[in-house]
Amino acid sequence: MTALAPGTVPRTSPRGSAARARMLRSLLPALSLALVLIAIAWLNPRAISYFGFNLMLNLAIPIALATIAQMFVIAGNELDLSIGTFVGFVGCVTATWLREAPLLGVLVLLGSIGVYALLGALIHLRNLPSIVVTLGMSFVWQGLAILILPKPGGKAPDWLLAIISFKPPYIPFPILAALLIAAVVHFGLMRTSYGVILRGSGGNAAALRRAGWSLLRTKIVLFALTGLFGVLSGMALIGITTSADANIGNGYTLLSIAGVILGGGEFVGGRVSPIGAVIGALTLALAASPLLTFMHIPPDWQVAANGAILIIVLAARVLISRRER
Amino acid sequence: MKKLLVLSAFAAMLASGTALADTSGKKIAFSNNYAGNSWRQAMLDSYAIVTKKAVEDKVVAAADVFTTADKEVPTQAAQVQNLILQGYDAIVINAASPDALNGAIKQACDAGIVVVSFDGIVTEPCAYRVVVDFKDMGKQEVEQMAKFQPKGGNLLEIRGLAGTSIDDAIHAGILEGVAAHPEFKIVGSVTGDWDQTTAQKAVATILPSLPEIVGVVDQGGDGYGAAQAFAAAGKPRPTIIMGNRQDELKWWKEQKDKDGYQTWSASIAPGVSTLAFWVAQQVLDGRKDVPHDLLVPYLAFTQDDFEAALPKIKEGGVATHEYTQEDAIAAIKANIKQ
Repeated sequence: MTALAPGTVPRTSPRGSAARARMLRSLLPALSLALVLIAIAWLNPRAISYFGFNLMLNLAIPIALATIAQMFVIAGNELDLSIGTFVGFVGCVTATWLREAPLLGVLVLLGSIGVYALLGALIHLRNLPSIVVTLGMSFVWQGLAILILPKPGGKAPDWLLAIISFKPPYIPFPILAALLIAAVVHFGLMRTSYGVILRGSGGNAAALRRAGWSLLRTKIVLFALTGLFGVLSGMALIGITTSADANIGNGYTLLSIAGVILGGGEFVGGRVSPIGAVIGALTLALAASPLLTFMHIPPDWQVAANGAILIIVLAARVLISRRER
Repeated sequence: MKKLLVLSAFAAMLASGTALADTSGKKIAFSNNYAGNSWRQAMLDSYAIVTKKAVEDKVVAAADVFTTADKEVPTQAAQVQNLILQGYDAIVINAASPDALNGAIKQACDAGIVVVSFDGIVTEPCAYRVVVDFKDMGKQEVEQMAKFQPKGGNLLEIRGLAGTSIDDAIHAGILEGVAAHPEFKIVGSVTGDWDQTTAQKAVATILPSLPEIVGVVDQGGDGYGAAQAFAAAGKPRPTIIMGNRQDELKWWKEQKDKDGYQTWSASIAPGVSTLAFWVAQQVLDGRKDVPHDLLVPYLAFTQDDFEAALPKIKEGGVATHEYTQEDAIAAIKANIKQ
């Protein structure tokens, strides 16, 4: 953040206004989260408690992980339309093989991360649009998920259930997990030198290439990280639901993209924010479900109201980024 | 002394068989995962009619309906968790998945909430399940067919949505019925997805390859489409079992008026949502003997009574039945006996 004392720059200066807008942009995710929380507290004070946060936010953790996964591909100017079905596939593996044959389960999950890395290589080498490749892959993951688990069922491994139902003192587990995810990814992507290279591959690929960095390698790393966080998301989801369904993650594709954008990321230019993405995911999860449930909207209007809330939350973000330009 | 008094009052209440606990302060929520077809709309309508009256009569304090925006499991799981936070005493649920919601359902049970599932049931043992006896429905179809076609012959079967428990159960019932009536033989089977257009296309495709068909056994929502396919192919009209849809019953009436056409119609009543509501109310009322799996009858129409029901069904809708508290008590009693 640029530290400009107020007054040193005239108010009308375009640089000053850009700095303010940038400041606003980085604050917006936190602001919208605070707004949604205030609304929930006002509608249902009972929800603002240790028990309440546990219930409201535990399903936000897999969404936050999927959002981080999406953020890595977006950092490289790509989009992953298969993350939702991939999460569903991981869920089916987790509820079946990872429990019954842990070695096979681990191998399959590692293999799926490998597939993601290969996809990154393919997209880079053949110069393919990632939207097409990942849309195709979304059907592959869905098909594999149905093959593994034709009927809903299976059971999460006990160790996974134990981790997810862990109840730390004072701070609810989902909040602790969100802080941990945000901190780890923020450090890795924003504070290490290779993190800068990764983001640079989306920001100015030509400059990176001229400086001697392998763009193939950055793309592979970004996609592999997406795969890794997709796996974590699927496992967290199954830990919460305890049982799997081949269609369980389908909604995550669009949620994760919305989460990245709400969290201050941009589709191009390698401009992403891990902390923002986690906050964005939490905001979306809270706005779409608890807020809606507590508002007591007539059933005929609930589906539309859900959409309206998402549009309002995302519209604030768009307004601010327009000021920035 | 005081304890004794309370105990004797309790015993008196038990003996008189009236409500053990007052449910007028209890709140019941309905978690629904989908509202996008005529059956689900009828389900919500029936539920609204019955619960509005129950709230007015102060049987319960509130009966709110919550429909998720998508059909996704995590959305409904989050919804159930929010309903727990809202402080509802019971949740009636039509679930997106029989297994994957168990985590959230268990949390609700642990919070002391009564969970009653129907149609889309949940397998978590702490929840109640209101299940329609689809297997018997399939068997009855063949029994009825035997009345209309005493000589027997070839049957065409139309299946429902593949991979669902409902399709499985009806199919098993039909097979059982055919085993009991060896004069019938299923010579063809198509997938109709409980949808007239899909069924019509599927039947039209298979018809040219089939010998003469005397009857069609199906799952509801596909009878009218089958009739259209037979008419279009210029084949003789078989006995088609209907599924309580308005277009099916209307076609049946047209044929009956023309030449006395006979058949039978059965399906699950969308109003089974109201039965689930009353079961939840009964459990909240303090009944401890409610079985966790309740088998309830399906809604059937015969040659004599279908015309009376027809005007009451909305255009493009499904015949329904709103259950009463007495129906629920009777259903619980019937299931305890088994």
